[in-house]
Amino acid sequence: MAMAQTLLYGALETELVGAAADRDQLWIPLDDLERATGWTAKPEGLCQGERCVPVPAARKAGWFDGPDGPGGEGRRLDFAAFATYLGHTVARDEERGVWAFGPAVDRGASTALTASGPVAAPDFRLPDLDGKLHSLSDYRGKKVLLYCWSSW
Amino acid sequence: MIAVAFDTGGPAAVRDFIRPAQLLPPMFQFMGWSQSLAEKAAVPAYPCLIDERHSLGEALGIVNVPTAVWIDEDGMIARPPEVPGATDAFRSMNLQTREVSKERAADGRVRRQVYVDALRDWIERGPASEHVLAPDEVRRRMRGLDPNASLAAAHFRLGVWLSQHGERDAGQRALETAVRLEPEAWRFRRQKIVLSDPSLTGQLAATPEFWQAVQALGDRYYYPPTEMAGMPAPLPPR
Repeated sequence: MAMAQTLLYGALETELVGAAADRDQLWIPLDDLERATGWTAKPEGLCQGERCVPVPAARKAGWFDGPDGPGGEGRRLDFAAFATYLGHTVARDEERGVWAFGPAVDRGASTALTASGPVAAPDFRLPDLDGKLHSLSDYRGKKVLLYCWSSW
Repeated sequence: MIAVAFDTGGPAAVRDFIRPAQLLPPMFQFMGWSQSLAEKAAVPAYPCLIDERHSLGEALGIVNVPTAVWIDEDGMIARPPEVPGATDAFRSMNLQTREVSKERAADGRVRRQVYVDALRDWIERGPASEHVLAPDEVRRRMRGLDPNASLAAAHFRLGVWLSQHGERDAGQRALETAVRLEPEAWRFRRQKIVLSDPSLTGQLAATPEFWQAVQALGDRYYYPPTEMAGMPAPLPPR
């Protein structure tokens, strides 16, 4: 029986029994894609929230396997290939089936550091000592001194 | 103010630091605090958040702590990540007594005061403050994300996960890769040291490995001097 694969993607850490590794490929059943990565397969492409990435025709055969057409039960996505296309990097522990994806490097797209005008601080959502979640956007309308520290 | 702790150990690692039981007397000299100020400063009145994945480090290009960012009322960066007046004085610290030279302790207090005064100026004057940086300058000072940094972050993420799931040696190997890819990302190295030994959770990574890495800097700064109007010229790093 194939070993389960563990994905570390964004804030998500997911063990997928149905995922399979084949050399540098990471095949994820489309039914598991959203809960493991936040991406879903739609007619317009692969989508995360309001963002959709069209699947280039030349890549479709390489990214997907399994039955095509309506439903497509059993269809899988090579998420490693898709993530690389988005600009992510990947660190992998092959022996233990763990895949960790680094933040996407936007190639050619406008980013906060290549555009003009004020630089927006990225929003975040983190817990305090009591587990209550705080977002930077909660403090809109106030000046914020963000002070990063650690016990080490 | 929002404090964010980069700590894979979560609340257990940082709780005592946010509500400290006792401060070492040399810290009073180092920080320039009176007993009454230390007692007042001991209990924060602002949110203290935990970032176990160092996600803000990734998002903002933060490589070490302490680091501070100024964000205005519209969520725009007024001053990008920078060292808030800290210095390399610790490199001359007597490891037995935890004391630094009077000259360096005084220099540190002056620099921290300049930073706090600038912060107050911004609070009072907003965009009219000379300490608010133009967007182009904010961009110039920020660390952009390149494939090498992304790969280092991936190995760090992998290393932390492995360490937290009982795979200490494999975790250390992945973390070592992260350190090798981005040697200036001290938060990788320091967190790696703590993860190498569970007894170090919540403890300063002041191990021989850490001091050797610091010594290897030679005449390079561990904490880049803060570029701020009114900040005195920095002392040499050691």
